[in-house]
Amino acid sequence: MNILSNIGKVITVFLEETGKFSFFLMRTLRALTGRWYFKNIFQQILFIGYYSLPVVALTSFFTGGALALQIYYGGNQFNSESIVSSIVALGITRELGPVLGGIVVAGRVSAAIAAEIGTMRVTEQIDALKSLSTDPYEYLVLPRVIAGIITLPLLIFFADIIGIMGGWFIATQSLDFNGDVYLQNTESFLEISDITSGLIKASIFGLIITLMGCYNGFYSSGGAQGVGSATTNAVVSSSILILASNYIMTTLFFAA
Amino acid sequence: MIEIRDLHKSFNKNKVLKGITFNIIRGESAVIIGRSGTGKSVLLKCILGLINADEGNVILNGEELYNKKMSYISQKKTKIGMLFQGSALFDSLKIWQNVSFYDSRKGIKKKICYKKAIENLNKVGLDEKVANLFPSELSGGMQKRVALARAISIEPEVLFFDEPTTGLDPISADVINRLILERVKDIGATAITITHDMASARVIADKIYMIHEGRIIWSGDIGSMEESSNKYVNQFINGKSLGPITLDKN
Repeated sequence: MNILSNIGKVITVFLEETGKFSFFLMRTLRALTGRWYFKNIFQQILFIGYYSLPVVALTSFFTGGALALQIYYGGNQFNSESIVSSIVALGITRELGPVLGGIVVAGRVSAAIAAEIGTMRVTEQIDALKSLSTDPYEYLVLPRVIAGIITLPLLIFFADIIGIMGGWFIATQSLDFNGDVYLQNTESFLEISDITSGLIKASIFGLIITLMGCYNGFYSSGGAQGVGSATTNAVVSSSILILASNYIMTTLFFAA
Repeated sequence: MIEIRDLHKSFNKNKVLKGITFNIIRGESAVIIGRSGTGKSVLLKCILGLINADEGNVILNGEELYNKKMSYISQKKTKIGMLFQGSALFDSLKIWQNVSFYDSRKGIKKKICYKKAIENLNKVGLDEKVANLFPSELSGGMQKRVALARAISIEPEVLFFDEPTTGLDPISADVINRLILERVKDIGATAITITHDMASARVIADKIYMIHEGRIIWSGDIGSMEESSNKYVNQFINGKSLGPITLDKN
């Protein structure tokens, strides 16, 4: 009986969360037809994009460099000059750039959004917004979600360039590759669709990161501990959803 | 002006409101007193549309508001101002931006918003020096005054006060009480205050309602409250631990 009861509880919680999230999503979509706070969108673009640049750039640079070394030492070293450049370019633009960039931004942005909105919830600031005839979905949620969808592709495009340059830097400095040949190989091997698929992924990741941050913050309760849990849940759920959706999108883009 | 009809609200098996009924006439300052956890805040949130009641109705200016959201209430019918227990000032905005939030949303120019914010700050005894500070740079009493300035900035017909003096020293609390009294009379608003601070209730109230275990068990003016033979009222206003009101054991 205990097992059945526990299964029942898990199903109930799952259905409750699904319902709550569906309602949240529906209200966010409805906010699209309401008032757009362009100043808030711009502020969020700055916060999500501009202030994430250093951490995304560093992640991308070192990933590109490590990838170049791995391919060189793990592969055929005699024909490595074309292989290293092409695999670094493909790996960065298709997978590592968007996924690692997305996870790094999730850690920074999703947590910050959940903490900010969560604190607003527990200190009644969201109720205060309502009392001043302001829809919190229009004022708080939508600007963040739109900023996430717009900014992540730009950020990841930048990360792609830095990642490829990271590979180039290690290849030329540690592996004695010819820099011009490396870049020529990268350019000839890389197709537009490799870059655009990564940018589409980034846009979806932007949606996931901001939506999870807003959702967990919006429904946080119970003071500091509740805000802490909301922050953790936002980062964990957005990271898992990034990895899962990445697999689905890779299947759709490349396995078809 | 405000009619509350047989309001019920439960959270799971916990019945918080068990049929609250009372009327507040225009321009009256009603104070709802009662121990913590007796349903005062839930009642206020039900009236405001911040949470939905299970049964009953709220009639504001002749319009039934059963399960209507607060945004509907304030946009469609009646301007409502609210002073929250913890002030609920927006941390990311400067003081003047907090006070003129409603006006700036309506597209009023920044200069006019600033000027109006300073006027409202002056009304609560604060000067222009605080206008460009952030809420975290002010004391609790000053934050409450800013929150009051924000609440009156929309020129509301109805003002709600949720524990306006909680966490303040007696002098700051009295300043807030006097300001509430002055500003409510000044704009001719109807006021509903929930509190367990009897000093505050004595200053603010035209009429007092006592809530206990989800029901209104007594109502009357200040004079009749002091002379009431109701044991619950007596115990509460005199702050005695012995009497019919007992502490929750769970």
